[in-house]
Amino acid sequence: MPRKLKKAIKKESILQTALTLFSVKGFHKTTIPDIAKRLGMSSGNLYNYFGSKDELAKEIIKYTSDYLGDKIRKVNEQDISSKEKIRKIVELYFAMTLEKPEMIEYFLRVYLSHREVFLNGCEGMICVSGFITEIMIFFSEGVQKEELRDQDFFSAFGLFMGYLGGMAFLHGEAILEKPLEEYAQDVATNIYTALKA
Amino acid sequence: MSKPKLLWLQSITCNGNTHSFFNLQNFDALMRAFDVLYHPLLETPYCLEDIYTKELACDVLILEGAFKSRGYKKFGKETYALAKKYSKRAKYTITMGSCATFGGVFKEAQEHTIAGFCFNKEQKRPTYKHYINTLISLPGCPAHPKWLAYVLEMILQKRKIEVDEFYRPIEIFAYTAHAGCVRNEYFEWKIDVKNYGEKEGCLFYENGCRAPFTNANCNKMLWNDISSKTRVGTPCFGCTEPSFPQRNLFSTKTNMGIPANMPFGIPARAYLSVTGVAKSFRIKRFTQPLMEYKK
Repeated sequence: MPRKLKKAIKKESILQTALTLFSVKGFHKTTIPDIAKRLGMSSGNLYNYFGSKDELAKEIIKYTSDYLGDKIRKVNEQDISSKEKIRKIVELYFAMTLEKPEMIEYFLRVYLSHREVFLNGCEGMICVSGFITEIMIFFSEGVQKEELRDQDFFSAFGLFMGYLGGMAFLHGEAILEKPLEEYAQDVATNIYTALKA
Repeated sequence: MSKPKLLWLQSITCNGNTHSFFNLQNFDALMRAFDVLYHPLLETPYCLEDIYTKELACDVLILEGAFKSRGYKKFGKETYALAKKYSKRAKYTITMGSCATFGGVFKEAQEHTIAGFCFNKEQKRPTYKHYINTLISLPGCPAHPKWLAYVLEMILQKRKIEVDEFYRPIEIFAYTAHAGCVRNEYFEWKIDVKNYGEKEGCLFYENGCRAPFTNANCNKMLWNDISSKTRVGTPCFGCTEPSFPQRNLFSTKTNMGIPANMPFGIPARAYLSVTGVAKSFRIKRFTQPLMEYKK
């Protein structure tokens, strides 16, 4: 295996492990030696990949944002209506919540709760642009096709992603009465009803 | 050696391109290189009636104004038919301004009957193929005087003029009106102007500026050698494009806050990624008036 590829795979496994630990144990309670130990590597070697815990935290939010962004991009590239796209985005978000709960947990409990970590280097949309860009493309194409109502980006964005984040949170707290995926149809209908032209 | 014979023929026009061209600094010297048979505002050897009723030889035909296929007559003859007749004779036909090129502002009055000489907005007119070998398009409202000077100089020097898909000289129209704009830093950092005429801010995000997707070199070849619309603080209206004129010229069309038109050749995904990052920073220098920043 080429050395570069090997390094990239190692880097991703560090991100994935740190992501899990941060979201389960909490950001401040997780140390670099904890992450290294879980990976079976030395702390010194881990520092060859990421210079600090804060740097790792920033890379993780980019990693999760790109992961979600790539999935939404595949929906954006399909030749289907905005209504169908909303349904697919809701489904993929809920699937991600179920299959990779650490990503949603990380976003809610680390990224949104420890803003001081992300002040320098993750200002504004920098570290979440992979996913925000795809939402922007989804909205603007929907308006272009006259399927969605033209309005301020953030009023639509807040409604869409705030709603999904809220459902993921309720699921994480085991408050929902039904399995999360059973809410997909109603949630998608509600979002479409709110955003349609 | 005899001078090339130049004929300036007007159709439905406001005279704007004539007046623009009169502002050319070396106007007299350039005109002396031609045998100007007729121009509506200059003293010439032939009058308008001669142009319509006599058979004159012509090397360079300059057309100003939009064309109506039928019903715009002078001396009992259709102006459009006359333009076609002279164009077939001429070695070069230059459509000067947006009206003669694409239909322009006058097309708005009678959308279905008025058009440019060879183009109806971006569509080629049925007769287009007869004139393409000699056609040079200089759209603009008005066209820059130096654009015509450039074409005439190239003709005098017998040099080939490379043109784009609308027969606009590439030397002029390969640029966007955005290139050279003194507001480019504000464009890069996504900061719009607060009021027209202010030195600070870009006009693209809210105020309708079409410069990033308009082919023209207005910010390279300045107007009256001094300035340009965007430099003084008004948006570019995209007057060199077949889509001119648009409605709501002073506001940017957006879809959920995202510009409906991207800068030429830039995919929306690339544009939005870059703008999202740029907007995340607050650059102190761009938040203060230029004249006060150094104080």
